[in-house]
Amino acid sequence: MFLITHKEKLSPTITKYVIIAPFIAKKRKAGNFVIIRVEDNGERIPLTIVESNPEEGTITLIVQSIGKTTKLLATKNVGDFILDVVGPLGNATPIHLHGAVACVGGGVGTAELYPIAKALKSVGNTVYSIVGARSKDLIILENEMAEISNELFVTTDDGSYKRKGFVTDALKDLLDAPHGISAVYAIGPLPMMKAVSNLTKKYGVKTYVSLNAIMVDGTGMCGGCRVTIDGEMKFACVDGPEFDGHAVDFDELIMRNRTYTDLEQISNTQFNHETIDADLSAVAGRKEFV
Amino acid sequence: MSEVNTLKPSERMKIPRQHSIEQLPNERNRNFLEVSFGLDEERAMIEATRCLECKNPICIEGCPVGIDIRSFIQLMMKKAVLGAVNKIREMNYLPAICGRVCPQESQCEEVCTLGKKHLPVAIGKLERFAADYEMRYKLFEPPKITEHHDESIAIVGSGPSGLTCAAELAKLGYHVTIFEALHAVGGVLRYGIPEFRLPKEILDIEAERIKALGVEIYTNFVVGKTATVDELFDEWDFHAIFLGTGAGTPNFMGIPGESLSGVYSANEFLTRVNLMKAYDFPKYDTPIKIGKQIAVIGGGNTAMDAVRTAKRIGAEKAYLIYRRSRTEMPAREEEIHHAEEEGIEFLLLTSPTRIIGDNNNWVNGIEVQKMELGEPDESGRRKPVVIKGSEFIIPVQTVIEAIGQKPNPIIQATTEGLNVSKRGTIVTNEEQQTSRPAIFAGGDLSRGGATVILAMRDGKVAAAQIDKYLQEKRSTNKQNGETFIRDAV
Repeated sequence: MFLITHKEKLSPTITKYVIIAPFIAKKRKAGNFVIIRVEDNGERIPLTIVESNPEEGTITLIVQSIGKTTKLLATKNVGDFILDVVGPLGNATPIHLHGAVACVGGGVGTAELYPIAKALKSVGNTVYSIVGARSKDLIILENEMAEISNELFVTTDDGSYKRKGFVTDALKDLLDAPHGISAVYAIGPLPMMKAVSNLTKKYGVKTYVSLNAIMVDGTGMCGGCRVTIDGEMKFACVDGPEFDGHAVDFDELIMRNRTYTDLEQISNTQFNHETIDADLSAVAGRKEFV
Repeated sequence: MSEVNTLKPSERMKIPRQHSIEQLPNERNRNFLEVSFGLDEERAMIEATRCLECKNPICIEGCPVGIDIRSFIQLMMKKAVLGAVNKIREMNYLPAICGRVCPQESQCEEVCTLGKKHLPVAIGKLERFAADYEMRYKLFEPPKITEHHDESIAIVGSGPSGLTCAAELAKLGYHVTIFEALHAVGGVLRYGIPEFRLPKEILDIEAERIKALGVEIYTNFVVGKTATVDELFDEWDFHAIFLGTGAGTPNFMGIPGESLSGVYSANEFLTRVNLMKAYDFPKYDTPIKIGKQIAVIGGGNTAMDAVRTAKRIGAEKAYLIYRRSRTEMPAREEEIHHAEEEGIEFLLLTSPTRIIGDNNNWVNGIEVQKMELGEPDESGRRKPVVIKGSEFIIPVQTVIEAIGQKPNPIIQATTEGLNVSKRGTIVTNEEQQTSRPAIFAGGDLSRGGATVILAMRDGKVAAAQIDKYLQEKRSTNKQNGETFIRDAV
């Protein structure tokens, strides 16, 4: 049982949670993830650890409520417990001194990118960060990213905030700039990481991406998270989650990640109905007392 | 013990072997209830009287953990069922599990004297009866622990080897802590073996009995990640560690099409169903998708478990594809027989060449080729040889690969000084001690892929050796006038 000690809405659908998990907090490095199960009938889902505080024994997760599990998590408040949290899993992100690096975050992926950008800065890199999302309300951690970046660029697909366009537009400018870019770290939706990798390949710039594959155990036991890297089968949980973006078969992974779309929809719809029913009965219950 | 039975041996031999009641194949292949209900009291008593009470009971030698089979059956003859189960528990702390999943036919029952001319005594079914009887009437009392020691031992993994090692060490009076990576205990007994062969309720009760010995259990703790083996020594102050993390990493064939949606490792498929209860989606959140036609590749117990599970969650046609013939199948005869009864279609001497997908990247067929048996290979089994031009395609929407597992690499990668074989298994001596004297290992982690009972045997041997190792340390330290301080581990 893992206690939630802090909860904060970063956007209408994105929430930050601080959880007591002392063993994990102590061992966690940038790039590591945990697998959580919110309640007893629940699914196990992987979530990247955004920050940890070994002294206080806490870890921070930033989660977008999309499916049943993440929506269920959003119903939990400070003082509530998450049933299972296991980690830190996966390999830590290799943090090297490259010179000028570009850190590209898409949507909630920015939360995963933040600790990596911070670590890259702390070893002496010049960090150019790009944060993008569909629209203004999905831009998160702008101030935090600005603080640890030498320069921050923000893009929105619909132009509702700062530069209209994709993260790749801003990245292209950086790659073309006189200072150049020696390495790129990109975390976000698969199509975004694919687009970034396609772009940087032309420039021959080393690109790290973090793959969010389907996982059950997260310790190399199920093989559900298998991805193809340079024609070879790898498990994202134990061999990754970070890989060379130029070697990843993105199309295959995009297809694989759709395996359960229809069933996820069933879970999701059912959960939405249950929540509405619960709200209605709560209202009905209150009426009786009036 | 002198003979208990008043019947003459010739009379005992005339009694037919008693059979347990089983669910009908066409009913059970649609539910997850246990296949066999076990022997009832009357049949169990009749079965016990078949035992010849041999002066030299070689059945005991056939048991990897050396259960005093003769004595426990004699107690059964005297209707002392609780005495019988306690007799079993002296050597095996998990009788309700072994009575269900042990391959008795190739162990104790294979060497049973009665089996030379007749059918052997149904030792496994008697073991299960005694264990179930104790559970049904809630007669279990934890064994009294007479001695107490100061040393603490960490057990990594709560599968059959870990649970057994923990129980044995706790009985000897040590402080024992189990670390389990998943959210529930049992290892392969939990995620691998299906409900219809080993109900999880039984596993839960057995696990509670381990806790009743004072064993502490941490779930959600991946040794190598949450804390390394050396941190368990240095920061948690354990004096010895037993590693029983199993062979959890699935092999894939390496044929085209394995990344298609609808292709599972048996591990993933069974974990979704057994651990996560995907068969009860959407009550449970974990999804699984099963086609009308499915194929499982492999011929071992895991393949049987997977194909029978697939049938139960809705496959209309469930194929088992195996490259050798039925005689070479590594699965237990009972499992093969049950699978056949349940309507599994065996495609023998058949080997997959590729998995075929549709436009949505979903499996819609598997191409296979026919094989014939050639000369025996290094395993002594006749080697399958491809019949050229024999390829054909079977329409299936789900493919499950059950072609074996290798040890999980996390411990090996994060622990210095452990001798690891080329296959990734941890090398131990006969006493299950690794290249680091305070670290012991057993089960599939050191064997590569074996049975539940052999894992339990390793756990037992390791426990005895850990006790010996700690005793020796204690006496050396005493001679040197020191209290027990851990040195090089």
